[in-house]
Amino acid sequence: MNQIPFIPIALIILVLPLIGFFFTLLFGKKIKQMYLFETGIITTALGLSIYMAFMKLMYYANEKIVSELTWIDLGSTKAFGKISVDLGMMIDNVTVLMLFVVCLISTLVHLFSIEYMKGDKRYNRYFSYLGIFTFSMLGIVFTHNMLMMYIFWELVGLSSYLLIGFWFEKKSASDASKKAFVVNRVGDFGMLAGILILFANYHTFTFDKVFAQISQGVLPFNSEFWLTAMGILLFCGAIGKSAQFPLHVWLPDAMEGPTPVSALIHAATMVAAGVYLTVRIFPLLTGDALLFIATIGAISSFIPATIALTQNDIKKVLAYSTISQLGYMVMALGVGAYAYGFFHLVTHAFFKAGLFLGSGSVIHAMHHEQDIRQMGGLKKKLPITYTTFLIFSLAISGIPLTSGFLSKDGILASAYAFGNLTGYKIFAISGFLVALMTAFYMFRLLILTFHGEPRNEEKYHHAHESPALMTMPLVLLAILSIFAFYTINPLSAQTGWVLKDWLKTPASVVPEHARYSFMVQKHDEKPEAAVKHEEAVAEKPAAESEHTIIHSEEYTEALHHAHYPAMFLSLAVAGLGILFAFIMYFWRKINADKLADSVKPLYKFSLNKWYFDEFYDFAFVNGTLLLSRFLAWFDSTIVDGIVNGSAVVTRQLSKLSGLFDTYVVDGLVNLSATLSGLLGIFTRKFQTGKVQTYIIMVVFSLVALLFILMNYGI
Amino acid sequence: MEQNLILLYTLFAPLVGAMLLLFLPKEKEGLIRAFGIGVSLITFFLSLAAWSMFDASKAEFQLQQQFLWLSRYNISFHIGADGLSMIMVLLTTFLTTLTLWTSWSGIAKKVKEFTFFMLILEVGMLGVFVSVDLFLFYVFWEAMLIPMYFIIGIWGGEQRIYASIKFFIYTMAGSLLMLVAIIWLFMYAYNDVHMYTSNINDLYKIGPKIPFEIQKWLFLAFTISFAIKVPLFPFHTWLPDAHVQAPTAGSVILAGVLLKMGTYGLLRFSIPLFPQSAHYFAPAISTLAVIGIIYGALVAMVQTDMKKLVAYSSVAHLGFVVLGIFALTPESVQGAIIQMVNHGLSTGALFILVGAIYERTHTREIDAYGGIAPIVPVYSTLLLIVSLSSIGLPGLNGFIGEFLILIGAFKSPVLNNWMFSIVAASGVIFAAVYLLWMYQRVVFGPVKNEGLRALKDVTAREFTIVALLLVFIVWIGVYPATFMKITEASTAKLIKETLTTLSIRY
Repeated sequence: MNQIPFIPIALIILVLPLIGFFFTLLFGKKIKQMYLFETGIITTALGLSIYMAFMKLMYYANEKIVSELTWIDLGSTKAFGKISVDLGMMIDNVTVLMLFVVCLISTLVHLFSIEYMKGDKRYNRYFSYLGIFTFSMLGIVFTHNMLMMYIFWELVGLSSYLLIGFWFEKKSASDASKKAFVVNRVGDFGMLAGILILFANYHTFTFDKVFAQISQGVLPFNSEFWLTAMGILLFCGAIGKSAQFPLHVWLPDAMEGPTPVSALIHAATMVAAGVYLTVRIFPLLTGDALLFIATIGAISSFIPATIALTQNDIKKVLAYSTISQLGYMVMALGVGAYAYGFFHLVTHAFFKAGLFLGSGSVIHAMHHEQDIRQMGGLKKKLPITYTTFLIFSLAISGIPLTSGFLSKDGILASAYAFGNLTGYKIFAISGFLVALMTAFYMFRLLILTFHGEPRNEEKYHHAHESPALMTMPLVLLAILSIFAFYTINPLSAQTGWVLKDWLKTPASVVPEHARYSFMVQKHDEKPEAAVKHEEAVAEKPAAESEHTIIHSEEYTEALHHAHYPAMFLSLAVAGLGILFAFIMYFWRKINADKLADSVKPLYKFSLNKWYFDEFYDFAFVNGTLLLSRFLAWFDSTIVDGIVNGSAVVTRQLSKLSGLFDTYVVDGLVNLSATLSGLLGIFTRKFQTGKVQTYIIMVVFSLVALLFILMNYGI
Repeated sequence: MEQNLILLYTLFAPLVGAMLLLFLPKEKEGLIRAFGIGVSLITFFLSLAAWSMFDASKAEFQLQQQFLWLSRYNISFHIGADGLSMIMVLLTTFLTTLTLWTSWSGIAKKVKEFTFFMLILEVGMLGVFVSVDLFLFYVFWEAMLIPMYFIIGIWGGEQRIYASIKFFIYTMAGSLLMLVAIIWLFMYAYNDVHMYTSNINDLYKIGPKIPFEIQKWLFLAFTISFAIKVPLFPFHTWLPDAHVQAPTAGSVILAGVLLKMGTYGLLRFSIPLFPQSAHYFAPAISTLAVIGIIYGALVAMVQTDMKKLVAYSSVAHLGFVVLGIFALTPESVQGAIIQMVNHGLSTGALFILVGAIYERTHTREIDAYGGIAPIVPVYSTLLLIVSLSSIGLPGLNGFIGEFLILIGAFKSPVLNNWMFSIVAASGVIFAAVYLLWMYQRVVFGPVKNEGLRALKDVTAREFTIVALLLVFIVWIGVYPATFMKITEASTAKLIKETLTTLSIRY
């Protein structure tokens, strides 16, 4: 069918980082240059992925390439049928876009780290960890089934654990790594439960096979409730990995890891895995599940944005901003804006990785100072870092001509349209508020870091622009944050190739009345997209059906009407946010400290991150420990007490029977001995030794015997 | 009957070795150690040979050997192996070899006696797994207690006497219940078919016909005996004591093989002999298993002694196995069997690693350590991988077992309640907590005290032993089919026959 060996290439791309990991780990201590090997391998993977993405998107944009093999075969008997677990790969447009994002950022982070990590005592080990992370992440990207998703999901968790705790000598770092792993596991528990429901009902993990069964009306436990529940449970994995409320608490702590790691894992790729998962399971999500997802997304975009307003650690601001932006993506998927959700994942990956690497460049220049109160005026010292940071900040704030504007505007417009269609306007309201706050805190960060007078003269004095290996990735990512890569029209993403040709919303497979009403295609309608699709179907009958546009004309129209109001509104709030930031921190017309004082409770609430950590520590960590201590006491005192108690009882019983034995049983024996002794003493009297006595006794005996015989005998 | 002596050779090789060992001079400890390892290695190769002759596609006992023993009662020395036996035999011979090798430095006194008991113990364990005769099984089951009793009692820690007696009496008490049930079953069989038989295959046909009111008690007698051995909550308290007091070798064998005898018994006797009762009690037993999973993990969390922590983690892991067994689906039972192997490998490796550091510092208190990662990097890496395997990280062995068990239990027609699986699944969170927490406190952070700076990293011997275990930990994690093939047919037979008896459509 196709000339390009996609699957073999995909396998090579997948395995390359694993090879890099093993060799760098094994020989890293002996050979100092192993990091170059690892970097080379990732660059090769990037080259292959660019080739693959290009070929796929240009020539096979409408095809889905799947390959699978049996992993665990539990045999096929008459009684049970065939029971097997398949592994497999799937390559569609979403795959190759994600693949490109992961490989590109991974490569840039490798290059950046060569300078950034210089002098670290575990230098090569760091690179090997980057290798295993890339491998695990690519596994998630390529998978065509839920099981492999889960497997690589956990491996990603492991690599994140290793990288957050890379400087494990610091207690805060090892605490953070453990917290990340455990909090993620809480989400994974839900995901696992979802997978169990999935497999129990469909006997397969493969997405497409599950979708096919659902579209034929096969529901888990025959109920729509369980379909919704299954979707939400699977989504729980995303809540963990993408640091969504209420499991978002691990991500800010994860900033203990090296900054390039934060760029790769905790901004661009791993945390996006949750969104990617949601994209993959999108067709099976019911309206209720989507509403739940949208709610989680909205909360997760709102709360962290309020926290980011007051943080003083450059990485913490970016971390909360990441959660907030991930919340955007999740909310987008929840309101049915599949394409915009994924599109924002891509654009955000570039500019947020850029922001983190930029902050890495600043931290590097300031000798590991992360507090923005110690910075200021760095613009002159770090011109390239500053320029790129500005571009990224504009992008995340959603200013036209940037990529961020395209995707963010799309999400806001979708939320706006969603509000008009369903009446849930809260998502749009929250979305615009978040946009306002985002613009504000990003420019607060930018101004405090780069503008004004240096607040720490000594550190400022030593600061210098980072070497080319570190600035080059920044420049590249800044270029990718420009609209021209996604569309020709800087004001509308819809006409661009990414959304028009590549990202097509898959058909929902849930029963029609369980969907959002606007996702139900009315039968007499024939929107443009569907007509086009039918033509395509005429040419290629079978393989296409999943590319159907699910949204009705009603929705297309609503989106169309939402486009301009949403755009103006989002521009207005972004501008307002930036303006406020300038008033407060650049021109200093309003004293930020005084303002903080005037709303002190609110300020403290935000500064202390809504006290989530304190609450969780109190409720879960201490609660569990308390329970554990109680159970440990219970175990050694009660459960084991019964065992030891029965031993004691047995021993006392045996002592008792010992006494019985000594005094009663043996006593009887001794008594009889004593008695016979006494008897002996008595009878001894008769043993006189005199013959006369004996004769008398014999005669008496004979008489007595005769008497007895005569009377009773015969 | 096929004439194949390989299983007999495997069973008696360590016995012959133990007898020959008696002729070696006591002082030549190096020679004795080498001899012990040599014998166990030969046994391992013999078991590999047995595996190669074993036809995994057949469900019945193979490589059988039968000698009449008590002809009056038709009791015979009858051995054979089906898939379940085979995989347990392989695990036993493999672990025994590694344990003897581990003991090279761990056991300092009475080397000859130690090696002798270890080899005798191996005979006992192998005997349990290959007996096709119920009485023969019981003989081995009991006989194996004695060498273990001495291993804990002589080479153990400070409270070894208490621990060894507790171990001995607790298991013995359970065994007696089983003995009564065995005799009852034997007499019932005689009344039923008018012929004495203690052959398992014959009893399989008779057991299900026993009236339920009586069968129930027989099932409980067998199952409690096995549950103590497993150990199933709340019969588990002998385990932490035994583990903590036992020498490393004892702990490895205890966790690796002895506990598996309990779950083996459930699969071999409790379920196929008394299917109706197994069905009746399955929810209750599964409840205990699930409690054990959560309870074991929570109690493990606050332990201060590393060995005790690992011991309680065993309670949790074995809970998974029992859940899988009583869920009675192909996935869950296969998962349970592979989890038996997994637990042997992972927990064995954990005990070896804990033992290795104990030999250096003479303390197992978690608080005594901290920040050893830069001092002993190889050790720390090994400990991490083994801990992750125990946590059930995909790509390593633990995941396969737990996942299959959960899937099977979720849709099990016997349990008929998905809550078991869901609650058990939450165990994955706690496992991560207690192991990673221990790992963090021991390995990460700043160096706790200056004494730790003198720690030596793993020796070549220790490294090789753990690496050998890791080979299988990864192998099972990536391609479990190699091992799951062995038991596939016998598992299918067990489930099919049991469910047919219960007339559960599946």
